[in-house]
Amino acid sequence: MLRTWRQRITFTDIMIWAIGLAIVGVVVVGTVKTLQSGKYEPSVWLDLTIKGLAVGGVYALIAMGYTLVYGILKMINFAHSEVFMSGPFTAVFLANALAQSGFLNKQPLLSMLLITLLSMTISAVVAMLLERIAYRPLRYAPRLVPLITAIGASFFLQYTFRGLYGSGFKGYPTVNSLQGSWIVFGVQVYKVQAVVIIGAILMMVILYGIVQWTKIGKAMRAVSEDKEVAELMGIDVDRVIVFTFALGGAAAGAAGILYILLYPVVWFFMGFIPSIKAFAAAVLGGIGNVAGAFVGAMLLGLLESMGPNLFLDGLGILNPSQLKDAIAFVVLVLILIFRPSGILGERITETKA
Amino acid sequence: MTKRLFALLSVLMLAGLLLAACGPKVQPFACTDSIGCVDIAPTDPIHIAYLLVISGPNETLGVDSRNGIEIAVDDSGGKILGHDVKLDGEDGGCSAEGGQAAGTKLAADSTIVAVIGTSCSSEARAAEPMLSAAGFAVVSPSNTAPDLTEAGNSNNYPGYLRTAHNDLVQGAAAAEFAWEFLKVTKAATIHDGSLYADKLQQVFAEEFKKMGGTITVQTAVDPNQTDMSSVLADIATGQPELIYFPIFLPAGGLIIRQAKTTPGLENTFLMGADGLFSPDLVASAGDDVVGFMQTSPDFTAFGSDYNDKFVPAYKAKFGTEPISIFHAHSYDAFMIIKAAIEKVAVVDADGTLHIGRQALRDALFATKDFKGLTGNLTCTPTGDCADPHIAAYKYNVAQYPPEKIWP
Repeated sequence: MLRTWRQRITFTDIMIWAIGLAIVGVVVVGTVKTLQSGKYEPSVWLDLTIKGLAVGGVYALIAMGYTLVYGILKMINFAHSEVFMSGPFTAVFLANALAQSGFLNKQPLLSMLLITLLSMTISAVVAMLLERIAYRPLRYAPRLVPLITAIGASFFLQYTFRGLYGSGFKGYPTVNSLQGSWIVFGVQVYKVQAVVIIGAILMMVILYGIVQWTKIGKAMRAVSEDKEVAELMGIDVDRVIVFTFALGGAAAGAAGILYILLYPVVWFFMGFIPSIKAFAAAVLGGIGNVAGAFVGAMLLGLLESMGPNLFLDGLGILNPSQLKDAIAFVVLVLILIFRPSGILGERITETKA
Repeated sequence: MTKRLFALLSVLMLAGLLLAACGPKVQPFACTDSIGCVDIAPTDPIHIAYLLVISGPNETLGVDSRNGIEIAVDDSGGKILGHDVKLDGEDGGCSAEGGQAAGTKLAADSTIVAVIGTSCSSEARAAEPMLSAAGFAVVSPSNTAPDLTEAGNSNNYPGYLRTAHNDLVQGAAAAEFAWEFLKVTKAATIHDGSLYADKLQQVFAEEFKKMGGTITVQTAVDPNQTDMSSVLADIATGQPELIYFPIFLPAGGLIIRQAKTTPGLENTFLMGADGLFSPDLVASAGDDVVGFMQTSPDFTAFGSDYNDKFVPAYKAKFGTEPISIFHAHSYDAFMIIKAAIEKVAVVDADGTLHIGRQALRDALFATKDFKGLTGNLTCTPTGDCADPHIAAYKYNVAQYPPEKIWP
């Protein structure tokens, strides 16, 4: 028994475990040292946690687009970053028009609703066009073909929007009623972050509800189980796929508005980094798994927000904030070493090899 | 048939050779310049290129400079020594990578006499080795990093000059403003790893400490970072009264916004430098820009021609007030290049214009008491030509441009 166990272990396994343990070691030592130094008050950690959850919520909504499409088509829609960018980059014009007319601060709720609706609509339309023009003709092509197409479509959309709205960037107006902070149980919570967290959770619940409890959601799950059998059962597969893209696009559009509440600058390249993070979050949670995307995104948001100060500050590393993205991806590597299918596990259908 | 043609051609060629040998002896121009000459036929234009940031988040910086050059060309009647001026260029993107790509392209074009650029010091670090090796004279309207003109520094390349101020001046002015005008004693700095920001915050920190102030932390962000919460939390632990972040957009705008939602930093003074002097800062920081301060060249110290002639010309040509700060510096850059070309160019018998590349560089470095828009320009042996006056500006309302408050 021992012999077979030893035979199965390869050099690669040992290396991977060594890398994993080294990462864990750095994280643990760094955390202990930082906490021992007492440089940061507990309130700082709370503040960073809230900020991390807010960012995580945005990632979660973007990750939905990746994970839903992967669940059904088994492809990574790399153009999703541009679906995410298109909504808020378009809605900025409405937002600035509303701000100039003074309507935004008179009716903040109605204005934000309008802006969000516009953003969701644009993103959903872009996602549906993408599916119709770029992916549907390649539905039965080898798996790498739509992947490359997605990358091409991503560049195409980026530069289309650059042509439409210019290469400079635009700022969203500030909403006066979202300025300032609330004190919740003695903790200072900035209104913007609270709104983003609540908004993200609300959207996630709605999305989860659609997938789990509606007829079209059931159809989506059926198609993701087995496309051919679903078709035999009378499900219009094309319609379900279009709906999936639209749903993912609308979630990305809503994510875009939450994102600009945190970082109110939009430009044609804004989608790249958040979407890569959201994709990582989807993988982290287990791609194809709706709840997994949420857990992965929240975890990634927290790690990113607290990581530089918690893990690296104590080790005396200069400018830890620049390594924020590195931390997020190193943790992704770590989790995939110990749990290759993600935290909650990949949704594996029977027909998938 | 082909044989005949060949015979005819041979005869013609021999005749040509003979005629050339026996014809009147024209002294051909012999280029004695150590790094070569540019030869411009009588009807050809003089090619001046620019390497500026003309797209992306910092485009106003470079577009503004290019506007300045275009006005300078107009003011020269579009000609230097009777030759048309051909002005074109490349986008450097305000990054080392962009500078590398643009520099490679320009260096391959041997018709270029001089380059006006770059916009950002990082671009210069990547592009300048190539432009310098290609023999061009390079005059930057907006690079301010000290080591580009520091004698003996590896970033100081032959043939490089600038009409922008050196950040040794700006950093000291910023420290003096913070210490004497704002009366703060504790400051923190942020840079973004770019040559410009890193050096400028370093000069500021050293000068501020010399005056007796304390620097709580000198930290850095990534230029593409959007979430500044961790770096701001780190800064907040030192409780500084001022944060100096001489960086670029969009990071600068995001820091302004997020500092307002970081416990302990809501009322800290925020201060930047000339890299953030752009209407796009207001676009990205919105109402939070109110109270933001920045150091930058002092427009009021410019000569009277600036307000009387240049600004009206700018408005007439581009339909807007100047959109950034280095338009006058690029105007002057073109003018000192023009003056130097006029000084060194040689016209031979058939009207061809010859410009010795080393001679042109020498003439530029010899620029003395040149009456420019930005003041009296005198170039040092390492290439600093500016007549620097730094002022501090503050946004009292969320509208570009900010108001001058010091000195």
